[in-house]
Amino acid sequence: MSILKQLEEESVYIIREVAGQFDNPCLLFSGGKDSITLLHLAQKAFAPATIPFPLVHIDTGHNFPETIALRDKLVAEHGLRLIVGSVQDDIDAGNVVEEKGRHASRNSLQTTTLLNTIEKYKFDACMGGARRDEEKARAKERVFSVRDDFGQWNEKLQRPELFDMLNGMIHNGENVRVFPISNWTELDVWHYIRDEKLEIPSIYYAHEREVFKRDNQWMPVSEYVNVADKDERQQTSVRFRTVGDMSCTAAVLSEATELDTIIEEIGGSNFSERGARMDDKRSEGAMEERKKVGYF
Amino acid sequence: MELIKIATAGSVDDGKSTLIGRLLYETGALKTDQIQHIEEKSAARGFGYLDLSLATDGLLTEREQGITIDVSHIFFSTPKRRFIIADSPGHVEYTRNMVTGTSNAQASIILLDARKGVIEQTKRHFFITQLLGIKQIIFAVNKMDLVDYDQTVFEDIKATLTGLVDKHGKDGVAYHYTPVSALYNENIVSRSKKLAWHDGEPLLSLIESLPVDQNQAYDGAFQIQYVIRPKREELHDYRGFAGNVRSGTFSVGDAITIRPSGRKSIIKRIEKYGAAVEKVNAGENATILLVDEIDASRGDSILNAQANVNQSKNISATFCWMQDTPMSTGNKYWLQQGVQRSLVKVQNIRSKMDLEALAQSEAKELTLNDIGKGSLALAQTLTTKAYKENPALGSFILIDPQTFNTAGVGFIETA
Repeated sequence: MSILKQLEEESVYIIREVAGQFDNPCLLFSGGKDSITLLHLAQKAFAPATIPFPLVHIDTGHNFPETIALRDKLVAEHGLRLIVGSVQDDIDAGNVVEEKGRHASRNSLQTTTLLNTIEKYKFDACMGGARRDEEKARAKERVFSVRDDFGQWNEKLQRPELFDMLNGMIHNGENVRVFPISNWTELDVWHYIRDEKLEIPSIYYAHEREVFKRDNQWMPVSEYVNVADKDERQQTSVRFRTVGDMSCTAAVLSEATELDTIIEEIGGSNFSERGARMDDKRSEGAMEERKKVGYF
Repeated sequence: MELIKIATAGSVDDGKSTLIGRLLYETGALKTDQIQHIEEKSAARGFGYLDLSLATDGLLTEREQGITIDVSHIFFSTPKRRFIIADSPGHVEYTRNMVTGTSNAQASIILLDARKGVIEQTKRHFFITQLLGIKQIIFAVNKMDLVDYDQTVFEDIKATLTGLVDKHGKDGVAYHYTPVSALYNENIVSRSKKLAWHDGEPLLSLIESLPVDQNQAYDGAFQIQYVIRPKREELHDYRGFAGNVRSGTFSVGDAITIRPSGRKSIIKRIEKYGAAVEKVNAGENATILLVDEIDASRGDSILNAQANVNQSKNISATFCWMQDTPMSTGNKYWLQQGVQRSLVKVQNIRSKMDLEALAQSEAKELTLNDIGKGSLALAQTLTTKAYKENPALGSFILIDPQTFNTAGVGFIETA
């Protein structure tokens, strides 16, 4: 069996465990390549039936429009149920306060909206497309990661996971974050997208865009980013390697308009995937700090 | 390309994180930004070399203490093979992590400090690999630089290790012994001039060529995870038992028995993700459709004629205890075997392992990190087999009914 097939088997097994063990699970869907892969795996897991849980999108309001368009298309095509948790609504309600300054981003505000959405719909399990190769703190993440009443992750309370046995027993009010593609690498996801002919948002492919350079990263010019006058702007061919909030996702210079050339570029890249995520660079342990307070 | 999962463990200071960091660095798994980060941090700490252990020590708390505290999954690959390293900490109190990391591995690297030789941790880790039936074990004697690459130091340690293996080792297991210096990259990716006296492959070549072990048991055993019933007119009668082949193979036309109900039928159709297939093998997922309309639900087993298994309500097992509250006679737990659960009651605890002496001693209870033997009474019948004959049917976890934490793991001896 090829590595991709092995990974697919493992992921489908995990997704079926979620449907089997929990009363009210959901799939956290950002519209990025990882969550598109996860959705595809979930559809395989329950074929010929439709997936027995809704998609949940935590919308920062600063998404790439291309991502939202594809999200809505997939929902319509496959008859899926979509629940949107809006960061803007939480800002309007005064639950969170918008960050200020040059590096302002709504990325960390997502946590509150995510936790509110989990509480509102009483989800007991939330599947996400995080992978262990993304970041050091992720490498220690369990497949079933138990969160307390406050959505907090505590590394000392993580359950040992033996063989392929997943223990999803929880108390009322607790919930579990589930990571079915834990063992996939970034390149595995790209190869899978190519093999399975999955549609991904167009911004993953090279396109012309106005960008500006900040801290050696190419940031997209948009109404959500505070571009200073001294920032050097230019129109050039770029693609995105991850699709996060527009205010914190950097582009890479690229001419790659085909999956084959993207895979070639990523395979030969000297920079890690999250190297293009400004939110991780804020401090050593940035990801771990966010996970402790319930970040996905 | 092939995937191999390798468990590593070692004591606090024997350089495990450095070894893994070295493997990542040499195989190109570390990217420029990550290396830059390590360079900056190493310089800030005043080191004259790259502190490669920074590549893996993931959690803030352990970076503060300079130690590893949990199982970490690390990826790298060579043109020949993909590796997933399950790195577990080596402190005495974290045996549970060692068992956890090793449970999914096909090989184990037991790291020793050349200056210290065989210590209690080495024995503990060795015993765990034997208990879990790991077929490929590498004893890597690290920090050879600190003993001037002295052959007699290595040979003395090796003699102690082979003594251990002769006494407690298992048939069919390959044991490898290799001297290395992870810090100075000696005998890791290429043969070392300083260790020219060592006749053997460097560590990386060794792990590239280890055979990958599969579950060889013939028993055709399938566990139902989820019953697929599409709510659509054209699929009104569709009832697919989605699950995982625990061992053996299943083909269309196989006569099967469902357990615990004992009902019999024949496989009408096997699907993988909606598409029909003729046959599925151990480890694969499948959706099985039967000729007859039979009721079966999550956790039930589908067995074919090749399944030579037991239907048990009492089991005797070796346990590794993983929580603070002890395991003692009369305690109740949830047992989970694969995806099936049953309430169980501890009938007795007979003995526990002294991991220093590697000998059994009498015991009444098992406390955190103890490994010992005992018996359970089950509330419902389970399909079982001894762990050494069929790991998929012979292993289970115990879940604390109050906290729902995974309290321990068991390996069935006689069912």
